[in-house]
Amino acid sequence: MPRVAVKPEVCIGCHLCEVWCVVAHSRSKNIIKAFLHETPRPVPRVVVEENLPFTLPVHCRHCTEPSCVEACISGALYRDPLTGRVEHDAGRCVGCYSCVMACPYGAVVIDEVNRKVARCDLCKEMGEPACVKQCPNRALVYQDSFTS
Amino acid sequence: MERFDYLIIGNSVGAVGCIETLRSFDKGSSIAVIGEEPHHVYSRALLPYYLDNEVSVEKMLYRPVDFYERLGVTPVLGRRAVGLDTAGHVVKLDDGRTISYGKLLLATGGRPIVPPIPGLDTEKENICNFVALQDLQRISRLLPSARRVVVLGGGIIGLMAAEALHKKGLEVGVVELAPRVLAPVVDEFTSRLIEEAFRRSGVAIYTGTTFKEVQGGERATGVVLTDGTSLPCDLLVVAVGVVPRVDLARQAGLAVNRGILVNQQMETSAAGVYACGDCAEVYDFLMGNRRVLPLWPNAYAGGRVAAYNMLGMKREYDRATSMNAMHFFDLNIITAGLNTAGEKDGFEVISRFDAGSRSYRRFVLKDDRIHGFTLVTGIARAGIFLHLMRRGCAVTSFKEKLLEEEFGYLTIPEGLRRELLIDEGVMNEHAAANQ
Repeated sequence: MPRVAVKPEVCIGCHLCEVWCVVAHSRSKNIIKAFLHETPRPVPRVVVEENLPFTLPVHCRHCTEPSCVEACISGALYRDPLTGRVEHDAGRCVGCYSCVMACPYGAVVIDEVNRKVARCDLCKEMGEPACVKQCPNRALVYQDSFTS
Repeated sequence: MERFDYLIIGNSVGAVGCIETLRSFDKGSSIAVIGEEPHHVYSRALLPYYLDNEVSVEKMLYRPVDFYERLGVTPVLGRRAVGLDTAGHVVKLDDGRTISYGKLLLATGGRPIVPPIPGLDTEKENICNFVALQDLQRISRLLPSARRVVVLGGGIIGLMAAEALHKKGLEVGVVELAPRVLAPVVDEFTSRLIEEAFRRSGVAIYTGTTFKEVQGGERATGVVLTDGTSLPCDLLVVAVGVVPRVDLARQAGLAVNRGILVNQQMETSAAGVYACGDCAEVYDFLMGNRRVLPLWPNAYAGGRVAAYNMLGMKREYDRATSMNAMHFFDLNIITAGLNTAGEKDGFEVISRFDAGSRSYRRFVLKDDRIHGFTLVTGIARAGIFLHLMRRGCAVTSFKEKLLEEEFGYLTIPEGLRRELLIDEGVMNEHAAANQ
């Protein structure tokens, strides 16, 4: 599965990936409008950990056997066995936070205002993840297919 | 006689875990699923979320309506399996039909417990269980005429039902036999936080007691508790848990204890017959023994592991243990592992409570490993702890940090962090090598 990988040694901790993630998931797709006028504002789906001088962005890994899908009680998180894609249908999410309990990376983010969760969807409607495109130091890499 | 390569008895999360894994590898074989209820696969765990007057199965579907068709599964719904011949590989249905199979999965779930108490009978018009869609529909029909409800059972389902009914405007009392709510799942402090949240919202919690009797005839009018307290009610919900449904397995001669016994490949004592979910006893990696773990994620994952082995790809289920994500009023709680054990059992317990934010963190440690954790309020990224627990990671060197809300991968010492993240491909491997 495609995913965003990280080069932590060149991450400068600017949190712009979080900012652009919010913009990419806003209604307007405009940084000013998204931050000043949209309520509720979308939550960033990337978590940038800080333990200065170290910083580490963490995204959904789009696991082959996702623990979040195992735990999801509503069917909102779903891995299609025919396509391999892991999808999150926010409309079905009831905010039970079972996926928060299950995700080994802490990559499912709580959206408290809407009592739902959010996770990286690789900006699938935009071609390339916004965080990767906007990272000023190229610490984020979009891997189309992952092999290890 | 109809024949399917893979046959599944039970139509809930365990079945889905099995089907989705089978179809990830094998697009051609025939699969059938037998479901006792006439419905498309729906989520029982959603019951408390849809306690309203016009509940329909459509709201509670666990997979899209084209699920069976898309994945090439033959649904046999509204039928119950009444016979199993493991030597002949044949299942008999309640309409007399027989179906033969190549491999079989028993995902028959649990049956709600109704304690033997005088007058307590779910045949009565206003005494309901809370495990199936029909229970929800019954309760919903009773709601307009109900004012006072008593819930028997202070476990997760009972408490969630109590909260939902309270929010419907009913006067709610919860009766729990143990000295505190959720006693098998959380420590005493967490129980008290939960009880306080209920009481503050106006829900009465009666602990250390149970029903002496249920009053009324065809319709329950109230209950008398063992301490003599009288609670009038016009709706009674019984939520004291489920027992594994093992009748079919037992009758077929499979090894059954409390639940159907399976090995770590999820195979029962009969070759080619597997079991998962609430009906089975699975290996708990923390306890090191087999037990019934009637929890949603364990059912899905058990079905997945069964599917691998049904496909001839050997896999062991070594990730099961107790785990729960819960919320009651404004309290969010995530727990996993052993949380009722304490110092007297040889465990080290560390905890922190912040009275201002009502955030509580508690870790149970032994042999350098996390054996259990409870997070209240600050639940973000809880899965990292479950991951550390499942991997058996040494945590003593950073144990104090577990209590910090900002805990993350950068809190974990570099060597272990690299092992956890690079193995799983979070960090770019080339970059990691240069780090």
